[in-house]
Amino acid sequence: MAGFNKVVQSYDQALAGLTDNMTLMVGGFGLCGIPEGLINHMVTLGVTGLTAISNNAGVDDFGLGLLLKQRQISTMIASYVGENATFEQQMLSGELNVILTPQGTLAEKIRAGGAGIPAFFTATGYGTPIAEGKETREIKGRHYVLEESLTADFALIRAWKADTMGNLVFRKTAANFNPMMATAGKITVVEVEEIVQPGELDPNHIHTPGIYVDRVIQATFEKRIEQRTVKSAK
Amino acid sequence: MALSREQLAQRVAKELQDGFYVNLGIGIPTLVANYIPQGMQVMLQSENGLLGMGEFPTEETLDADLINAGKQTVTAVDGASFFSSAESFAMIRGGHVDLTVLGAFEVDVNGSIASWMIPGKLIKGMGGAMDLVAGADNIIVTMMHADKHGNSKLLPVCELPLTGYGCIKRVITDLAFLEIKDGAFHLLERAPGVSVEEIIAKTAGKLVVPEHVEEMKF
Repeated sequence: MAGFNKVVQSYDQALAGLTDNMTLMVGGFGLCGIPEGLINHMVTLGVTGLTAISNNAGVDDFGLGLLLKQRQISTMIASYVGENATFEQQMLSGELNVILTPQGTLAEKIRAGGAGIPAFFTATGYGTPIAEGKETREIKGRHYVLEESLTADFALIRAWKADTMGNLVFRKTAANFNPMMATAGKITVVEVEEIVQPGELDPNHIHTPGIYVDRVIQATFEKRIEQRTVKSAK
Repeated sequence: MALSREQLAQRVAKELQDGFYVNLGIGIPTLVANYIPQGMQVMLQSENGLLGMGEFPTEETLDADLINAGKQTVTAVDGASFFSSAESFAMIRGGHVDLTVLGAFEVDVNGSIASWMIPGKLIKGMGGAMDLVAGADNIIVTMMHADKHGNSKLLPVCELPLTGYGCIKRVITDLAFLEIKDGAFHLLERAPGVSVEEIIAKTAGKLVVPEHVEEMKF
């Protein structure tokens, strides 16, 4: 790679250095905005003992569910895991360590991690099982829980468009956790639908500046839909 | 007669105001969107990163990149915006959403709510519910007043793991509309044809009943 050209041509290059027992952030909400090809390639690589930070755990045969099935994930940090039977079974059997985290707290832990903030106080979860063992503090008459931020060895995310310098634009609700995760990975790898030349993306419309991005790979996506809801056409 | 799910949603919809930004939870709260009064403009916030959620798409406009928090494909209305999950919960936690409607397994006289976990049964996770109840000032909980055996879900103290502590002020059940204050449920309205006696019998937590209790109007 020369200068600021972050484009890689193969998934091996995209995930070079990803080894057993690493902590990964994986973007997406449900199956929307997940880095499909990067997840599939982790199955091929067979890395194990992973700590995965992702809002959800995919479904049995798509997304992170594929890694769960191969028992490649040992710890999962997520907010909602209701769509995955493999997950439930591994959690109940104790094979999988699960740290359920409120969705807004998870988003903020990642945002803070990328922004160099080690911890923050939030009212979310005060007085609930989530606050057990955590420092609490009363500030201006309200109670707050101290939550530590998150970073990862790799952040694997998806965007709509990138230029070769790693500037990113997300599409609709496929953004979700991807923009924060881009900032919180030691190595951030982005899978995109389209790569353009520098100058082709309007700087006014860039969501994630290229400084956060290490590698960009172009892919085609299945974009599987979890709940296909349509109204009948008139 | 106890309210149907649709009637419950209809009653909640009467609490909407023109110009409100509203977050609707999964289940009965989602149905509230069907009863937004004519001529009233309400923007629906979906915590996965959409402000201005529209109706379901047609086969032609279906887009896998545009879903709601229930993972259903949706559309965006004119004036909508997309943003990250961190931005979305800044809106929620920061108290910028005018009304939040969500379901619950239990609520208690202190305004605590349990809605995310039944120990020993399936544990799905709390999703955004803990942030929603902690961040919003104006929350309406929609729920069944009692389980199918008649056991009250309006309790002196929640028995299930909490979603939020002391954060709920208004509850609309299939039997009644209640306010929570001063360590008690206060009966405001009863469902059409439901007696005050039935509500008293199915409310385990302290209940304050005024001399006259209006029937809900739709």
